[in-house]
Amino acid sequence: MAKLTIKRLSPEEEFPDLSQHNNHMAKVLTQDMYTKLRDRATPNGFTIDGVIQTGIDNPGHPFIMTVGCVAGDEETYEVFKELLDPIIEDRHGGYKPTDKHKTDLNPDNLKGGDDLDPNYVISSRVRTGRSIRGFCLPPHCSRGERRGVEKMSVEALDSLSGDLKGKYYALKNMTDAEQQQLIDDHFLFDKPVSPLLLASGMARDWPDGRGIWHNDTKTFLVWVNEEDHLRVISMQKGGNMKEVFNRFCTGLTKIETLFKDKGTSFMWNEHLGYVLTCPSNLGTGLRAGVHVKIPNMSKHAKFEEVLKRLRLQKRGTGGVDTAAVGGTFDISNADRLGFSEVELVQMVVDGVKLLVEMEKKLEKGQSIDDLMPAQK
Amino acid sequence: MANNFARILSGKRNVGIMSLVGAGSLTAAFLLNREHVTAGAQVRRVYPASADYPDLRKHNNCMASHLTPAIYAKLVDKATPNGYTLDQAIQTGVDNPGHPFIKTVGMVAGDEESYEVFADLLDPVIKERHNGYDPQTMTHPTDLDSSKLKSGKFDERYVLSSRVRTGRSIRGLSLPPACTRAERREVEKVVVDALAGLKGDLAGTYYSLTHMTDQEQQQLIDDHFLFDKPVSPLLTCSGMARDWPDARGIWHNNTKTFLIWINEEDHTRVISMEKGGNMKRVFDRFCTGLKEVERLIQEKGWEFMWNERLGYILTCPSNLGTGLRAGVHVNLPKLSKDPRFTKILDNLRLQKRGTGGVDTAAVGSTFDISNLDRLGQSEVQLVQTVVDGVNYLIECEKKLEKGQDIKIPPPVRK
Repeated sequence: MAKLTIKRLSPEEEFPDLSQHNNHMAKVLTQDMYTKLRDRATPNGFTIDGVIQTGIDNPGHPFIMTVGCVAGDEETYEVFKELLDPIIEDRHGGYKPTDKHKTDLNPDNLKGGDDLDPNYVISSRVRTGRSIRGFCLPPHCSRGERRGVEKMSVEALDSLSGDLKGKYYALKNMTDAEQQQLIDDHFLFDKPVSPLLLASGMARDWPDGRGIWHNDTKTFLVWVNEEDHLRVISMQKGGNMKEVFNRFCTGLTKIETLFKDKGTSFMWNEHLGYVLTCPSNLGTGLRAGVHVKIPNMSKHAKFEEVLKRLRLQKRGTGGVDTAAVGGTFDISNADRLGFSEVELVQMVVDGVKLLVEMEKKLEKGQSIDDLMPAQK
Repeated sequence: MANNFARILSGKRNVGIMSLVGAGSLTAAFLLNREHVTAGAQVRRVYPASADYPDLRKHNNCMASHLTPAIYAKLVDKATPNGYTLDQAIQTGVDNPGHPFIKTVGMVAGDEESYEVFADLLDPVIKERHNGYDPQTMTHPTDLDSSKLKSGKFDERYVLSSRVRTGRSIRGLSLPPACTRAERREVEKVVVDALAGLKGDLAGTYYSLTHMTDQEQQQLIDDHFLFDKPVSPLLTCSGMARDWPDARGIWHNNTKTFLIWINEEDHTRVISMEKGGNMKRVFDRFCTGLKEVERLIQEKGWEFMWNERLGYILTCPSNLGTGLRAGVHVNLPKLSKDPRFTKILDNLRLQKRGTGGVDTAAVGSTFDISNLDRLGQSEVQLVQTVVDGVNYLIECEKKLEKGQDIKIPPPVRK
């Protein structure tokens, strides 16, 4: 059994200075809570200090309220409940410790979504993450575990067929030509530079055990051992979100079946849904989004209000840490937990449709007041 | 709760050690029980050592040169009494395959005991880095009697500034890669309390990084004293920048010639410096200051980490022994272009750096010239080496100015 030695002084002396901090962890963590939680460790030896290190080292972010903590394994969410439940509640719109999360990966339940105007919607994408039960998560995994995740994932992916058939490129073995192609396709991920990620320990041993898998048509992509065990991405140019979501669900379901055949499964439970490294990605872990040209709408005084009511979020086209350039925005669902996959993609499809309608009206100099949506 | 333990603030420390013993269910939390643990305690691993052995094929650092799968398997289940493991010690070397200018060490110590518990790896690393010094058979001489230094005043037409630095660690507290927040704060308290007792030309002020005013910060930047959160991945991958800027700070005397960094890469870095070429005075102040600080911490029951095998114990194995780098900024326009420059430096046991420090290249013809060695020679011997060597370089420069030829000196030792 695990035997860990830890030398520490009193909880009062160890309590972090969070006076300059503005993240979810800093809002919730009190001296009493810290005193109580620091006497625990998960069966894999992950402690409260491991959970909160990233939040201590990164007081805040210019664009978003960061979570400020990570999970080192599936058990983190149980063992450190007292800290994580209120953070989850605050981050996920009031989600209670007793709430149940619904998983729905049946793409037939999505209405419409195949006709977003390609003159405005440049590309469509759905991503999520999956963790393999029995392995520690990226902040805490050993090299052996990380390689185990890679091996299992590649075996499963190699058995995909049809339009999902593809190839794995290990980061440490790729040729210059392969690397250049992946860069040109905008698929290559590199060692993270964000201190939010580095401070959690997820970049240790880079690039060992990391890689990219994609299908031959380059519409289904899997990242292995970046911020999560697996990040699964379905994407294509244009506005056919339905097709993107179809492929997403089919691919995920097939991969999950393959894992079950091998006697393992994804980390999932009926309270938190799919379990991932960052508490912000619990539930569906799903971000469905488009790159959409809305230069007029984005300058409108009511833009933020509209997004809020539609439960959508804007980012720059470079991703979470960027601002928009020109009038092109990345628009995606703001929620992850408490709504099913189908519900979230439906919100994006309906919401983007409305945004494009509003953009067209503004182009003609017309008002959008009668199009204002109700709060979802 | 059984988990709290007493700590005596003003006297010699008595820190309890806690351990976790696993039991039963996967989802249960484990309460920590108090238990004495000795060095080399077993840590259960999920995978066999061979599955966790790092891929070092593209690596070029001292750790990678010496960490065989057999040594890894032998050491990987061990931990120091503070719970520090081999994987932690080598993480920086795994994450940083190489450096463009220097062969890096590629590992750190998390505490004093690391040098014992991981000796099978650290001893060969130390031997490679310190020119054949064998910690198992040799002893390191410590000599801080600056009166022994001869001819320590340089020609100031060439030498722009003189500096001596070292580090000191407080025994009983973990080192920066492994210390907890409270231990780090304790280091700060112990050192700042001692520095407050310095008098005369050593009297000074402490500026905590967390609390300094904008004005103080600007002054420290203008004086070139301020250190910031490290950006070098060599340092950040070891975990030493955690919780920044908590318990970090800068102390300096009123005349700005004696400066101490607290909780940067080491518990303390001690620097004596001035403009010009008076290395003797710089070294005098260095020795006096260090001895005073040591006396003041001993009054409170503390001491520096030191033993006769390894001298002063610091975070990076490259800084063992004296931890001393004595150097000058010196202008050598002709000599630096001579093809024999590197060989001359090698034989004099000197090293050149850019004036921005270890990760920089020289700009123009002004170089930072300092001693190569740290361990196996005493402080007096190393500063004498720099004094003799720099004087020789200046002689060469003067000869070249007059159109005379220069000689490569014989190696000063080994």
